[in-house]
Amino acid sequence: MPEDRVLMKGNEAIGEAAIRAGCTFYAGYPITPQNELTEYMSYHMPKAGRAFVQAESEVAAINMVYGAAATGARAMTSSSGPGISLKQEGVSYMCGAELPCFYANIVRGGPGLGNIAPAQSDYFQATRGGGHGDYRVIVLAPSTVQELFDITMLGFELADKYRNPAMILGDGILGQMREPIVLREPVEYDPGTKGAWSLGNSAGREKHMITSVRLAPGTLEKHNMKLFRKYKEIAEKEQRYELTAVDDAEVIIIAYGTSARVAKSAVAAARESGDIRLGIIRLITLWPYPADIIREYADKGARFLVVEMSLGQMYEDALLSVAGKTDVSLLAHTGGGLPAEEEIIETAKKVRASDGPVEVFPEAAE
Amino acid sequence: MRLEVDDLKKVFGRPESLSDKPNMYCPGCGHGLAHRLVAEAVDALGLKDRCIGVASVGCSVFADDYFDFDFVQAAHGRAPAVATGIKRSKPDSIVFTHQGDGDLASIGAAEMLHSANRGEMITVIFVNNAIYGMTGGQMAPTTLVGMKTSTSKLGRDPKVAGYPVRVCELLKDLEGVAYLERVAVNTPAHVIKAAKAVRKAFEVQDEGLGFSLVEILSQCPTGWGRLPKDAVDWVDDNMVPYYPLGVFRDVTAKEQK
Repeated sequence: MPEDRVLMKGNEAIGEAAIRAGCTFYAGYPITPQNELTEYMSYHMPKAGRAFVQAESEVAAINMVYGAAATGARAMTSSSGPGISLKQEGVSYMCGAELPCFYANIVRGGPGLGNIAPAQSDYFQATRGGGHGDYRVIVLAPSTVQELFDITMLGFELADKYRNPAMILGDGILGQMREPIVLREPVEYDPGTKGAWSLGNSAGREKHMITSVRLAPGTLEKHNMKLFRKYKEIAEKEQRYELTAVDDAEVIIIAYGTSARVAKSAVAAARESGDIRLGIIRLITLWPYPADIIREYADKGARFLVVEMSLGQMYEDALLSVAGKTDVSLLAHTGGGLPAEEEIIETAKKVRASDGPVEVFPEAAE
Repeated sequence: MRLEVDDLKKVFGRPESLSDKPNMYCPGCGHGLAHRLVAEAVDALGLKDRCIGVASVGCSVFADDYFDFDFVQAAHGRAPAVATGIKRSKPDSIVFTHQGDGDLASIGAAEMLHSANRGEMITVIFVNNAIYGMTGGQMAPTTLVGMKTSTSKLGRDPKVAGYPVRVCELLKDLEGVAYLERVAVNTPAHVIKAAKAVRKAFEVQDEGLGFSLVEILSQCPTGWGRLPKDAVDWVDDNMVPYYPLGVFRDVTAKEQK
């Protein structure tokens, strides 16, 4: 094993990557299954001369991040579903005020307190903005511990580039899983043009004001259109995905995160056995949704199967992407349930045998 | 007597830290006075270039417009959390929040209490006028018992709404708090005392001694439905008896002993 390979838990990999990305402020609040991240930061941030605050609530944590980001710092927080719901206030304000930050949602089963099992049921919340107002956040969906690490470093870059929050939509398995990873070299954080708007050391320049309130008639509409143009640019430039065995596939799976991981095993197993030729489009960005590549294969007449750990949330984006040109089927689990390899293969065979879309839910499997 | 131009000295003017924008406060309101006291303290202590203000939600939502140094506008109640993030990221800055009673003592009670308890090196300027002014005069956590507001039309009933929150009394035993004083801005004598308190709070922050908060009892003629003169008297007659003025905690006094 080369020296830079280490065995790391997913949550810890996010923390280490954040530090190496130049994150100088982290605020968090305990919630399972993301605690290892807060714990990691509580020890390693001060050790690196950075700030760590255990906040009194998730609401306070995201608002601390708002303050830290306003000074031009790379700032981050993390939580799981119920805590991310509370953070939506601050995320909305940061989008309005055009402040970058990075945060991780290590998703657990919902709604309500739900359970602490892995889930993908915060998809709508993540990809539709999540809080009040017309806005979007960049949503990244890793599927391995290595990718948690790499995507965290990427997330800080994207957030800064677009002056907008970016997040990881992970899940309890990814956060808790331990895998060998290669640590990338720390980046020399360059605040770039942030000095043009960030707060502090104001000698010899005009004052800087950071705000999301625009009461004068027309000013908010104008500002929101500026944000909208930015979101359009992100949607055009930042769609990310990974293709496996799609070109001769009888059914192409669309999945992300843990369900994509299981689906990839299913693709390999079905190819090995000769059962069915499966392929997979693994989504790496959830917003922007990789609609262009899905549309490309839809135009070629591909048949799709969405596999997700939520009740047809991501399915809706797949349907929007194919725009009626082909059918999209669904295999869904919820409340901490996971799709199994065989179940994916069996569902794909049903899709092949059917003239139209197939929908498979946990009840049907019983 | 004949005076030469050289004899003319400027003895009073707008503090450098205060912007020249007209504020949107109602006639007779105390918020503007509080801003002026902050600007005077910041100027006197030479802190302007390091100063970062945090505006809150309520009548002072546009406080960022009224000062001539860096400012950020925070969500309702979250100003101390935002200030925490700023101060921890830029420890050499001087950070203060300007918050009303609804913002600080109701929706932001947790942020207020815990930033104080952590001993954040920030200054909170807390304007207590016993009412939600911006939204049209609803009952605040600090509304006095029996006081009529748009959501306590028959007067605040403690059996239904509890008793008014005394913030200084709540914070005075927290170890992280370095300076805590309640003042008023309804008379010239009170304003002079308030100016000293605000200055002291900024000094305490600059020296890195801990969290400082100045509670400023302010008249709200519009929200109270009173003429400005009546409102000024009402502070002495009704607010001061329930919210006694004075220093509640001062770590520099302890050091001197």
